[in-house]
Amino acid sequence: MIELKNISKKFGGHQVLSDISAVFERGKTNLIIGQSGSGKTVLLKCIVGLFEVDMGEIIYDSVVFSRMKNRERKEIRKQIGMVFQGGALFDSITVEENVIYPLDMFTDLTLIQKIERANFCLDRVNITNANKLFPSELSGGMKKRVAIARAIAIKPKYLFFDEPNSGLDPQNAILIDKLIREITIEFNTTTIVNTHDMNSVIEIGDKIIFIDQGKKWWEGDKNNFLNSNNKELNDFIFATRLMQIVGESESNRKSGY
Amino acid sequence: MGFIYHIGKYFLMLKKTLAKPESTKIYFNQIIKELDKLGLSSVGIVVIISFFIGAVITIQTGYNISTPFIPRYIIGMITRDSIILEFSSTIVSLILAGKVGSNIASELGSMRVSEQIDALEIMGINSASFLILPKIIASLLINPCLVIISMTIGIAGGWIGGTILTHVISVTDYVHGLQYYFQPYYITYTLIKTEVFAFIITTVSSYWGYYTVGGALEVGKASTKAVVYSTVLILLFNLLLTQLLLS
Repeated sequence: MIELKNISKKFGGHQVLSDISAVFERGKTNLIIGQSGSGKTVLLKCIVGLFEVDMGEIIYDSVVFSRMKNRERKEIRKQIGMVFQGGALFDSITVEENVIYPLDMFTDLTLIQKIERANFCLDRVNITNANKLFPSELSGGMKKRVAIARAIAIKPKYLFFDEPNSGLDPQNAILIDKLIREITIEFNTTTIVNTHDMNSVIEIGDKIIFIDQGKKWWEGDKNNFLNSNNKELNDFIFATRLMQIVGESESNRKSGY
Repeated sequence: MGFIYHIGKYFLMLKKTLAKPESTKIYFNQIIKELDKLGLSSVGIVVIISFFIGAVITIQTGYNISTPFIPRYIIGMITRDSIILEFSSTIVSLILAGKVGSNIASELGSMRVSEQIDALEIMGINSASFLILPKIIASLLINPCLVIISMTIGIAGGWIGGTILTHVISVTDYVHGLQYYFQPYYITYTLIKTEVFAFIITTVSSYWGYYTVGGALEVGKASTKAVVYSTVLILLFNLLLTQLLLS
C-alpha cells in the first residue's frame, strides 16, 4: 500500500501540486488521471522519489519514504518497477540484457538463472524471438512490453506506469492494459498508472483519482466515474464525441430507457 | 550568479560520481567498454594528426632557420620539445575535447531526455557514479597512452617530413637534435597535464550531458557547451600548470 498525505510541490514560483492525499492499495490498479500538464507525471515522480516533495508525506507500507535520505531509499527502490512513457530501454544493449540489467545489479543469480528469469519475463509479456534485438529494432508496443518485462524482473512490490498507452494503436493499448491488470493480480503489486486514456480508465480503474491544475478533484472507481457530478471531471471525460455517446448511453441505461 | 550556480552543481555532481560503486564487477565491465569507446576509437585520428603536425613543425622550423650561426640539429630539438611540451598533451587534448567531449555529452543528454537516467535511479542505482565514473577512470588510463603514441608518431612524422620528403635536415642532425639536452622531466610534465585535461574533458562534458533538460535541440546545445567549456578550461589549466610545473 502507498499512502500520500497532503503532497505539495512547487517549481520556482509555480505551484504544480497542492495538498494531494490518496491511498493506493495492494493488488489493485490505481489510476491517476488528468489532462496533459495537470501535474500527474510530477506526482508520479514525487511518489517514486525522482522529485522531492515540498510538503506532505509519502508512505510505502508504513515506511515514510519522503523523509528518508537517498541512501536509505535504496532498499525500497529495489522493490520498485517503473515503466516510463517512452519505455526508457537502454539503447546500447539488447532486449535480453535490458531485462537482465536489474538482476545483474541486485541479485547473486548465475548467468543461466538470470537468462531463465529474463526469458520468463519476456514470455509473460508475449515477446518471443527478440532477445538479441536492440531497442531501436522494436515497435512502440514491443518497447513498452520489454519495459514491463524489465520492471517485473526483480519481482517488485510496487509498479508504476507513466502513460503506458501513449503513442500506441487501440489494439496494442488494450493489450498493455490487460497486461498491467494481470501482472498486478499475479504479482500482488501496488500498481499506479498515470493515464489520460479513457479506455484504460474503463478497463482497469480499480481506483481512480482525478487531478487538474495540481489539485485532486475527484476520487472513485471505474463503476462510478461516468456518473460523477464533478464538473471538472466531466469536462475532462466528455471532451470527445465518443465519450459523450458513452455517457449518454450510460445515463439512458441507468434511467431504464 | 549563473557561473557560481554551475560550479556548485558541478562539484555536487562530482560528489555523487565519486560515491562507492554498487557492483564492482559491472563497473569494471563499464570501464572496459569506455576504454574502447573513449580511447581506442581515437587512436586513428591521433596518429594522423600527430604525424602531419610533426612533419610540418620540422619543415617550418627548417625553412625558418637558414642562418649558418644556428646548427641544423636545433631543428630536431625544436621539433622534439614542441611535440613533447605542447602539441601532444594540449593539442591532442583539445582534439579529444571535440571528439570525446561531444560524444559523452550527447550520450548522457540523450539518456537524460529519454528517461534512461531516471530508469537507473528508479532501480536504486547511483546514475552519476554508474555512468560518469567509468568514463573518468577510462580517460585517466587511456589518454596518457594516446599522448605517448602522439609523441612517438609526431617525432617520426618530423623525421620523415624533414629528412625523406623535403631534405631540410639530415637524419644524423635530426637524431642528434632529438637527443640534445633532453630533459626527462618534460615527459612527466606533459603526462601530468594530460591527466588534468582528461579529467576536465570527461567531467565537464558529463556535467552538460547529465543535466540536459528538454529534447533533441537541448542535447545538441549540451554537446556544443561541453566542447566549448572543456576547450576553454584546458587552455586555462595549460597556462596554470605550465607556470606551476616549469617555472
